[in-house]
Amino acid sequence: MYLCDMEIGDKAIIKKIVAKDNIKRRLLDIGLIEGTNVECVLKSPFNDPIAYLIRGAIIAIRKEDCNKIEVDLI
Amino acid sequence: MKIIALAGNPNVGKSTVFNSLTGLHQHTGNWPGKTVSNASGKFKYNNKQYKIYDLPGTYSLISHSEEEEVARDFICFSKYDLIIVVCDAVCLERNLNLVLQTLEITKKVIVCVNLMDEAKKKKINIDLKKLSNILGVPVVGTSARNKNGINELLDNLENTDFNPIEIKYDEEVEDAINILIPYLEDKVKVLNPRWVAINLINYEESLYKKITSYLNYDLLKDKIIKNQLIYIKENGNYNIVDNLVKKSEQITKEVISYENKNYKQKDLKIDKITTSKLFGIPLMIAMLMVIFWLTIKGANYPSDLLFNFFSFLEIYILKFLEFLNIPQFLIDLLISGVYKVLSWVVAVMLPPMAIFFPLFTLLEDLGFLPRIAFNLDKMFKKCRACGKQALTMCMGFGCNAVGVSGARIIDSPRERLIAILTNVFVPCNGRFPTMITLITIFFIGINGNSFLSVIILTMVILLGFLLTFLVSYFLSKTILKGVPSSFTLELPPYRKPQIGKVIIRSIFDRILFVLGRAVVVAVPAGALIWLLANLHINDISLLNHICSFLDPFGKMIGMDGVILISFILGFPANEIVIPIILMAYMSTGNLVEYESLESLRTILVNNGWTITTAICVLIFSLCHFPCSTTCLTIKKETGSYKWTLLAIIIPTLIGLLLCFLINNISNFI
Ligand SMILES: Nc1nc2c(ncn2[C@@H]2O[C@H](COP(=O)(O)OP(=O)(O)OP(=O)(O)O)[C@@H](O)[C@H]2O)c(=O)[nH]1
Ligand SMILES: [Mg+2]
Repeated sequence: MYLCDMEIGDKAIIKKIVAKDNIKRRLLDIGLIEGTNVECVLKSPFNDPIAYLIRGAIIAIRKEDCNKIEVDLI
Repeated sequence: MKIIALAGNPNVGKSTVFNSLTGLHQHTGNWPGKTVSNASGKFKYNNKQYKIYDLPGTYSLISHSEEEEVARDFICFSKYDLIIVVCDAVCLERNLNLVLQTLEITKKVIVCVNLMDEAKKKKINIDLKKLSNILGVPVVGTSARNKNGINELLDNLENTDFNPIEIKYDEEVEDAINILIPYLEDKVKVLNPRWVAINLINYEESLYKKITSYLNYDLLKDKIIKNQLIYIKENGNYNIVDNLVKKSEQITKEVISYENKNYKQKDLKIDKITTSKLFGIPLMIAMLMVIFWLTIKGANYPSDLLFNFFSFLEIYILKFLEFLNIPQFLIDLLISGVYKVLSWVVAVMLPPMAIFFPLFTLLEDLGFLPRIAFNLDKMFKKCRACGKQALTMCMGFGCNAVGVSGARIIDSPRERLIAILTNVFVPCNGRFPTMITLITIFFIGINGNSFLSVIILTMVILLGFLLTFLVSYFLSKTILKGVPSSFTLELPPYRKPQIGKVIIRSIFDRILFVLGRAVVVAVPAGALIWLLANLHINDISLLNHICSFLDPFGKMIGMDGVILISFILGFPANEIVIPIILMAYMSTGNLVEYESLESLRTILVNNGWTITTAICVLIFSLCHFPCSTTCLTIKKETGSYKWTLLAIIIPTLIGLLLCFLINNISNFI
């Protein structure tokens, strides 16, 4: 399952990030690494981007970037 | 004098701390990316002088965008005596990441855990003492907005109790660092060799280039270092920052306890509405319309008041000038030229500016802007641009120059250029009252239905948005080809704006700004247009000569020569366009007694204005060349005359084209 497949209210743990260096670094900056807990909290009116609760902050990420992040629902 | 820098993640209150330390008024706002360049100020405490820098926010020292680079360069390569890393108490964990990164570079760090009031409200307990023990540097808790804890921060400025933790990475990373350090030690004297080693292993091009130019030595050209590095890279995969993230997580666990894990719920409830499919976008437009309505309604009364005041004052100034025995010619120049334009700028243009700006600032402080970017990002993506462009557009409402430099928050240079080139399609505070005035005096009438004015104004603004999207799309398909890059945007919590303070502060700001500009720009422009109207060649005034030359062209696009000249004279400041138009008409003989704003309409109609003229002026004031300040800023931000020229040509061409079409269609009808 990928990050972008989560529904609002779902909680998950990051399994694998296969994104390119650029976005990987951005994600790293906000503390999104393998093993991080995330919760899907908001979807924008057009369903993209989607906002997640990551380490206490709400961060919006685009679909193109989310679909490279594998997660396990918890 | 000690030099201090304020670093930290975006939107944690660095500028607010800066203001409470220095007593200055650096702009703050509840969204990440408000500050995009270094600001500095001085203050004195306990008889010691300090110079302090407010840096743009950055998530890490590996920069992605221009404004983060500014911060990184300062932290990594500047000389300072102390860095205060400001943290958000509510999400301390992520903030610690930057603290740890900074500690790799310098020991002289004070951690300022700001927003303690919010943490308290959300029932998050932080053991600052323990944090200080773990990090080995002073830690101070503050609520900068209420000035809580600032004194303690000041008391710690001379604290030299730095004994920072040594951050140990995974074994293989440590081994790699230790292999490199001996080779680096004699080459990087001015920098910390361990830090350089880490950054060689965790190679990032722009930072590496900066290190090279700072050392004036290309480390990778050194055979031994290069070979060692190749050897290291072959033997492992090093996730250095992963290590720091985990370390932060571990520290946080030790110092923080939550009494209520669901502290985000209240904000999320509001967000569910502001970003909902059904209400998200209509709500944004409604919000905009409410602000417009308040502006239009609110501006009428002070406008009238100022207008009467200036007419009243004019009589006495006239008497005074006559008393001084100044030649009549000069009196006319001063009164009918300079004074009239100046008073119109102040009476007609100032009130809407002074109302709109604070209202918008309230929205900004509330934290609404990032939600706009969130809602609209998909559309920007369709145009292959960045959702943060919505933020730069919002800044454009205040001033296009600020919008242009604000585009630094956009990571990709291509998308940043798009945001810069299209910012002018958002009417800035100088053009905004032009539109309101036109709508009020021409379409609606002073006492007309202000709701109708709001509708017209909103339609013009939405046209500007539409043009932004179209031009962005067109640019990404032609000269700025590319695919949209990645995008992460933090949605900060809603914060209750300090209403009184914001209103007073920004009204004051606006009044000073407009009055300053009015004097600098409106006075010479008023004098010039008066001279043109009153110096004659062959019994025809210079203005008439110029106008009859420009008139055919002006008529083609539904306007006339006077209007075109006014737009050109308005290049330094758009708020003088309407006053110049009126003055030029009045000085060419069609004398009208102007008792009130109502009579301004008569002036326009007497000079051949029709509905079409007004629409064309409205459209042209939305799309024409950016003002001189904005042009200079574009030149500075892009570093290129080519892009600056393009930023002038694109909106002007579109404006001319639209007006031409409107004129022809209306002729046809
Ligand atoms: N409740 C509360 N709000 C605060 C405090 N300090 C700052 N703020 C608010 O937080 C928001 C961000 O403050 P800024 O000072 O602009 O933050 P910054 O770190 O300079 O942000 P950037 O320049 O974007 O990196 C503003 O709306 C401030 O009014 C505080 O101690 N308590
Ligand atoms: Mg700031």
